[in-house]
Amino acid sequence: MTSNEQSSHEEDARVPRRVIGTPAAGTAVLGDSPPPAPAEDPAVVLPDPAAAKRAERLVALLFLVTFLSGIAFIASYVIFQVGTVDSTAASNLALGGSLTLALFSLASGIVLWVRRIMPKYNLVQERHLMVSDTDTREYVDKTFVAGANESGFVKHKLLRRTLLLAAAPLGLAPLVLLKDLGPLPGTSLRHTVWKKGLRLTVEGTGAPIRAADFNSPGGILSVVPEGYAHDLNALAKATLILIKFRPEQFKAGTIKNWTHDGIVAYSKICTHVGCPAALYEQTTHHILCPCHQSTFDATDGARVIFGPAARPLPQLPIGVDSEGYLIAQADFDVPVGPSFWERGDAEAEAREAREKAS
Amino acid sequence: MTTTLKETPKLVGGPANYLDERLGAGSFLKRNLRKVFPDHWSFLLGEIALYSFIILLLTGTFLTFWFKPGMGHVVYDGPYQQLRGVTMSEAYASTLKISFEVRGGLLMRQMHHWAALLFVAGMTVHMLRVFFTGAYRKPRELNWIIGVLLLTLALLEGLTGYSLPDDLLSGAGLRITEGVAISLPLIGTYLTFFLFGGEYPGEDVISRFYSLHILLIPGILLALISAHMILMWVQKHTQMPGTGRTNQNVVGAPFYPAFMAKAGAYFLFTFTAIAGLGTFAQINPIWLFGPYTPADISAGSQPDFYMGFLEGALRLMPAWEINFLGYTLPLSVLIPALVPMGIIMTGLALYPFIEQWVTGDRREHHVADRPRNNPHRTSIGMAAVTFYGILWLLGANDEISSFFHIDLYHTTIFGRVAVFLGPALVYVITYRICMGLQRKDTEVMSHGVESGVIKRMPNGQYIEVHVPPAEDIADHLRGKAPIPVVSGEPDSEGIPPKGARSILGKAKATMSKKYGTEHIALEEDHGHGHAAIGSGDGEDRKELH
Repeated sequence: MTSNEQSSHEEDARVPRRVIGTPAAGTAVLGDSPPPAPAEDPAVVLPDPAAAKRAERLVALLFLVTFLSGIAFIASYVIFQVGTVDSTAASNLALGGSLTLALFSLASGIVLWVRRIMPKYNLVQERHLMVSDTDTREYVDKTFVAGANESGFVKHKLLRRTLLLAAAPLGLAPLVLLKDLGPLPGTSLRHTVWKKGLRLTVEGTGAPIRAADFNSPGGILSVVPEGYAHDLNALAKATLILIKFRPEQFKAGTIKNWTHDGIVAYSKICTHVGCPAALYEQTTHHILCPCHQSTFDATDGARVIFGPAARPLPQLPIGVDSEGYLIAQADFDVPVGPSFWERGDAEAEAREAREKAS
Repeated sequence: MTTTLKETPKLVGGPANYLDERLGAGSFLKRNLRKVFPDHWSFLLGEIALYSFIILLLTGTFLTFWFKPGMGHVVYDGPYQQLRGVTMSEAYASTLKISFEVRGGLLMRQMHHWAALLFVAGMTVHMLRVFFTGAYRKPRELNWIIGVLLLTLALLEGLTGYSLPDDLLSGAGLRITEGVAISLPLIGTYLTFFLFGGEYPGEDVISRFYSLHILLIPGILLALISAHMILMWVQKHTQMPGTGRTNQNVVGAPFYPAFMAKAGAYFLFTFTAIAGLGTFAQINPIWLFGPYTPADISAGSQPDFYMGFLEGALRLMPAWEINFLGYTLPLSVLIPALVPMGIIMTGLALYPFIEQWVTGDRREHHVADRPRNNPHRTSIGMAAVTFYGILWLLGANDEISSFFHIDLYHTTIFGRVAVFLGPALVYVITYRICMGLQRKDTEVMSHGVESGVIKRMPNGQYIEVHVPPAEDIADHLRGKAPIPVVSGEPDSEGIPPKGARSILGKAKATMSKKYGTEHIALEEDHGHGHAAIGSGDGEDRKELH
C-alpha cells in the first residue's frame, strides 16, 4: 500500500485495523502501561528497564533451581543404588527427575532472558544471488582450461588411459575384500538338521515326546530337534509346530503317511519372511503368524488361507521309534522359511518325486 | 542497569586475538556475528532432529562403555532374578547389565531410544514443513537431497540400533530383515549370507550391526548434517512472507546474542523432553522379552514407529509369488519392501526437479510459500502423507483389531483398498480446502475483516463494519506469488511453441497449466473497508467512513 492510501485511513481511527480475535488497541485487555521508549535503532527495541529487572529475578530463580537439581542429580547417583527392579526404578526416577528439572529450568531461564531482557529485533540483511559474478566465472573457466592444458592430461592420451586402467582394479579391491564376510549359500538353505531317527523334543524342557502321551485332539506343542535346543542356526530352520488331530480330520493337503496317529508336524518358520508362526486357534485349526498374519489351515497341509505368505508351511514326515517316542522319518523335502531366488517351485518337484516313488 | 561493557574484556579478547592471528577468524565473525535469522515456529522442527542427534551421540557413547556386541552364549547370573540361569547372548546379557547394574544406565538406554524416535520424528515433520512451504526450491535443492539421504540413513541407523540388544523383540525385527533381504532376486541369498556370516542368525550380525551403528552410519550422518547446516548458513534461511520481507532480504534476529541463546535454550528443551521421557515413560523393557531364539515370538510384536509403514506394507500385500525356470520371485515380500519406500524416497528426492521442469521456474526462492498457495503441491504432499499413514496404521492392524474388536482380516482388506483410494480422496479434499483458504484470503484482502462494531443504519438496518486487516497480516497474505506456467498454447498460426511439440512437451504444458494456473487471484480493495452484511449499496458504505 502506498502512503497516500495509508493516510486515507486515519479518519477511520475509531474503527481500528485488526483481525478477528485480536482485541483493538487501547482496549482494557492490553493494559495501560506506557509504550516502550523509542530506541535509537528502530530495528532493535530494548525492553522497559523495570520489566527487565523483574524478569531478571525470575531468571535467577530458574537458574537457582537448575543449580539445586544438578546437586540433587549428583546426590541421587550416590544415594540410590541399583541391582533389583525396584531399586533401579527408584534410581532412574531420582536421576532422571533431577536431570529433567535441571534442564527444564535452565532452558526456561534462557528463554525468559531472551524474551524479556534482550531487545526485540527486526534486523534486515540483504541476500545476493548464489551465482558468482560473470568476471569470477570467466576467470575460473579460463584458469581451469589453462591448468588442464598445463597438466598435459589432455595432450598425453596414454597417460590418461593408463591412469583410468590403473584405477579400475584398485576400485574393485575393497569389494573383493568383503568376500569373506560369509560362505556362499550352496544348498544349505534346502536342508535342516532333521534326519531319519532324530527325536522330537519339547521346546523349553527338551523332553522327548511319547506319541501315546500326546493324545488329546487339539493339543499343540512347539518342538525342536533333540540336541539342538541351543543351536540357533538349527532352530531357525528346524523348529516345528506339532498338532494332534483325530485322523479323520485331515483333508487332502496333509500327507497322511507323514503323520502318526493324527499327530502332524509342520515347520514353525513362516514361509513369508520367517517369523515363527506361533499362534494356533483350536476351533478353526488355523495357524497364525503374529508378524504379518499369514494364516494356515493345519488340517489341510498348512495351506495358506489368508495373508501375504505364498506357500504352505512344509510338513515333516514323522513316526515313532521302538520306545514309542516321536522321531523324524526324513528331512523336509522342500526348503523351509522365506522364499529366495534360487528356490524355484520346490513343492512341484517334491510332489513329482513322491508320485514317482509311490 | 548502569553496568555496561566499554570494551571487550581481556578474558575474551586475549584468546580471540590469538585465534585471529592464526586463523583470521575476525573476518568470519565480522560477517557472521550479526547474521540474521528469520523466525517462525515451524523453523524449529528441524532443530528437534539436530539436537536429538547430539543427545544420541552423548547417550550412545555412554552405552558403548558397557555394551558387548557379541553373540557368544553366556549363562546369566546377574541381579535380575527372572532370567538367572538362562542361556543368552553376550549382547543381551550386557544390555541387562546396563539396565540393572550401571547407575544411570537404564536412564541413558531409555533416553537413547526416545532420542532416536524423536530424531526420526523431528526429521519427518521438518521435511514436511520444507515440502509444504516449497523451501526446497532453488537454490536449496541440494540441501533437500541431503535431507532425503539423512532420513534414509536414519531409518537404517534405527534398524541397526534396535537389533543390538538381541532380545526376543529385536530378533523378530532382524528375522523380518533377513526374510526381506533374502527375497531379492539374484543377490538375495548371497546378500544375507554375507550379512549374517552364513545362515541366519549366525554369530556375526550383532557385531557387524554394531560397527555400522556406532561408526559408519553416524559418521556419514554427522558429515551430512554438517553439510546440511553449512548450506543453510551460506544460503541463509528462508523466511515466511511478511512486512518488509522479500526474496532479496532476510528479516529477523541476529545470531549473536539472541538466536544463539534461543538455539541453546531449544537444545535444552529438547534435552528436557528426552530426559523426561526417559525417566517417566518406559521404553523397550528388554528384560521382559527374554533372549532371542528363532523358535519363539510374542504376539503383538511391533517395530519402532518409523518402520511401521514397511511393516504395514508387508501385512497388506496379497500372497503373490512367481516361479519360472526354476527361480522364484517372492513378490509378496519384494513389492511391500521396496515399492512404498521407493515411491516415497525417490518421489521426495525428485520433486524439486520435477516441479522445476513443470513450472519452468529457474529463479531463486527465499520467501516460503503458504501451503494453500500451491494447491497441487500441497495435495500431492497430503496424498503421500495419507499413503504413508495408511501403511503405518495397518502396520498395527492386529492391535487395532483387538482394541476395536474388528475382524483382523477386514482390517487388512480395508487397508488394501484404502492405500489406493485414500490418497486420491485426500488429494481432492486438500485441493478443495486450499482453494477455500485462498478464497478466504482474497475476501480478507478485498472486503476486510469483521470489526465487531455493529452499526445501525439510518433506515434501521444493522450492519457489521468491516475494516482492512492488520498490516502484518495483510503483508503475510500478499506473499502469495503466482506459479509460473510453461506456455503450450499455439501461436496465431496454430503452431505450438518449441518445447511443447513432442508428446513429453505436450504433457509438460498440460501439467504446467494445471499446476500453475491461478484460480483465485488475490485482489485488493485498496484498503477501503466496508460493511459487507446486507449493505449492497455503495452510498451506504461511503457513509461509514
